[in-house]
Amino acid sequence: MHKYKIALAGNPNVGKSTVFNALTGLHQHTGNWPGKTVENAVGSFFYHDNEYTIYDLPGTYSLLSHSEEEEIARNFLCFEKPELVIVVCDATSLERNLSFVLQVKEIHSNVLVCVNLLDEAKKKKIEINLSKLSELLNTPVVGISARKKEGFDELLNTIESLCLTPNEEYFELSYGKEIEYAVSIIENEWNQYYDKYKRSHYFCLQLLDDTELKHTIYEKYPIPNIEKAVQKAKGYLFLKKIDWKEIIAEQFIKNSEMISKEVITYKKGNIFEKEKKLDQILTSKKYGFPIMILLLILIFWITIEFANIPSNLLFSFFQILGEYLSKSLSFLPRWLHELLFSGIYKTLTWVVSVMLPPMAIFFPLFTLLEDFGYLPRIAFNLDYYFQKCKACGKQALTMCMGFGCNAVGVTGARIIDSKRERLMAIITNVFVPCNGRFPTIVALITMFFVGFSNDFFSSIYSTFLLCIVILLGVFLTFFISFILSKTVLKGIPSSFTLELPHYRSPQYKKVLIRSILDRTLFVLGRAVVVAIPAGLIIWLFANFKIGNNSLLIHVSNFIDPFGKLIGLDGIILLSFLLGFPANEIVFPIMIMAYMQTGSIAEFSDLSMLKELLIKNGWTSITAVCTILFCLVHFPCSTTLLTIKKETGSFKWTMLSFLIPTLCGVLLCFITSSFLRLFS
Amino acid sequence: MNLSELEIGEKGIISKIELEGMMKRRILDLGFIKGTKVECVLKSPLKDLKAYLIRGSVFALRKEEAEKIEIRVNHYA
Repeated sequence: MHKYKIALAGNPNVGKSTVFNALTGLHQHTGNWPGKTVENAVGSFFYHDNEYTIYDLPGTYSLLSHSEEEEIARNFLCFEKPELVIVVCDATSLERNLSFVLQVKEIHSNVLVCVNLLDEAKKKKIEINLSKLSELLNTPVVGISARKKEGFDELLNTIESLCLTPNEEYFELSYGKEIEYAVSIIENEWNQYYDKYKRSHYFCLQLLDDTELKHTIYEKYPIPNIEKAVQKAKGYLFLKKIDWKEIIAEQFIKNSEMISKEVITYKKGNIFEKEKKLDQILTSKKYGFPIMILLLILIFWITIEFANIPSNLLFSFFQILGEYLSKSLSFLPRWLHELLFSGIYKTLTWVVSVMLPPMAIFFPLFTLLEDFGYLPRIAFNLDYYFQKCKACGKQALTMCMGFGCNAVGVTGARIIDSKRERLMAIITNVFVPCNGRFPTIVALITMFFVGFSNDFFSSIYSTFLLCIVILLGVFLTFFISFILSKTVLKGIPSSFTLELPHYRSPQYKKVLIRSILDRTLFVLGRAVVVAIPAGLIIWLFANFKIGNNSLLIHVSNFIDPFGKLIGLDGIILLSFLLGFPANEIVFPIMIMAYMQTGSIAEFSDLSMLKELLIKNGWTSITAVCTILFCLVHFPCSTTLLTIKKETGSFKWTMLSFLIPTLCGVLLCFITSSFLRLFS
Repeated sequence: MNLSELEIGEKGIISKIELEGMMKRRILDLGFIKGTKVECVLKSPLKDLKAYLIRGSVFALRKEEAEKIEIRVNHYA
């Protein structure tokens, strides 16, 4: 058995993750917008008794620029010595992808070009001559449709044969007489110290080009006079008035243009024209914003309208199951029985029945939009506002990720190049309600402001209210970004480029199955990990007596005055604090706590829940403030840890905690004081 | 004439890139080099951002950057 190391490289958004998943069987989340693979994944598979380990490199447009992602990719290719590099290309924008292929082929000889999305290209009436491409690139080419799992047999066979008998030929680009002479000045110095290593030409070119790679090269191959030689080479080109940096970058583009002309045929009636028209509507002055808001409303409406039914079904199911289990375990000591059922079982089933249905509906819908390629258009429409806040338009994309999970949104901020703008995106990401908070907001709106009649207008009304809450979050994002840019994160907006990828037909079935399954498992997993101990703690809190009252009452009484001041109460505040590990459990903890102190013991639906809350002193002001605090408070522990990891700084992690918390407290205080004036 | 002056549907050929440093590199990497055909395909509903079709891909640039890319307009093309 042999082990082979394979690097998976490519431009952003070419389906690298899909190829990775298909080969390794792991499930990374994939979507249609540039920069999706934010964590570098590693996975392996066996084929004919050999083990292949695949390293999924960050998607980059080039290996020449200076961004962090490109450095990771380039260093891996240069120094980790993978046996094979698979470069995934998007058949619908092959020309752009080819210049990346050429850059890789300059570093590494054993390259397999994998042209993905052939099915989409066919739909768009683009024809690609794969064998001609292989001939021109001097490297094997395999065509696949990763999402349909077509072409993988050939891919696997080619991977195997290239690992067994590697291709030794590079693709040599010619940069012209003058540049080659300049490189040779550096190479002369190099050759005095090291054997003519076959990539020394490439390394010398990098030294001339001043890329970030030079630091690693200096470190790994120390040569006393090399910097002098580099200066001499630069001086030579300077005197000849040659802009070598531009020429080097241009060579890749020019060569890929030449190759493209020979291998790509755009047949008549290609879909680009249709796409252009669709884009012009989606970003037009007249319809751009209305369509965006209507889509948001539509998704929320479907979520609200259809979450109730499974929610009530789950409630009844768990109640029956609970009664049955409780009876069959009645031999247990009373305290243990109580702890298991009033404590753990109830919290767990609450999380599942209230939280799961909205998540299972909202998430797939949103993923469909993402799959289609709509999200970058949102970023395009909104960029002006971000620019006014001196932030980056791509922040809109990280906000969209935040709807799923804020920790993902924080990691996703890596797509923003400028550090200042990335920090703004990280700190404000929590203003987008994640999947864990979203159902709480929906439930509270339904209970207190819309009512339980299942008619059309009430669901429209809920949707409307929910949209206001979300828009408030968006507004706060802009507002806080603006404040940050005037205070701790001063600076000018950096330049940015945003790719608007070609639309792809969403894979309805796969999205539905995957996101429901993944989400369900994820939520259940988290419920088990977090809700059980939380249920346990609450139960202990409620049953551990000091004097006449339980510990729960003592603690909640202690913070009650502060809670009341901002329109909440002690229990609500306590639930947010105890829910720090995961936002999903805040609401269930609240219910649990009220049940321990209060009157009602069993529930079958939301209306009884409302009764419980009202019996515990809730008014509509409490509901408004709880919704607001749910939208605006400290990030959960996972998100904070991610922020610490991403920023590497205690200061920014603290600020990410303090800013939303202060905002939430202020917002609730002002709102409740204001509303009390009128009631 | 510069790139930012193109309106939707208008085409031009890049003649000079006056950006500096990292932004220039990034722009070159995306295929914006001398002699390349570009078409303005989209305009953001608010100001300042336009998207250009170049080499089969669409990229959005803010006005500030697009202003620094000189183009020729070929009326016969």
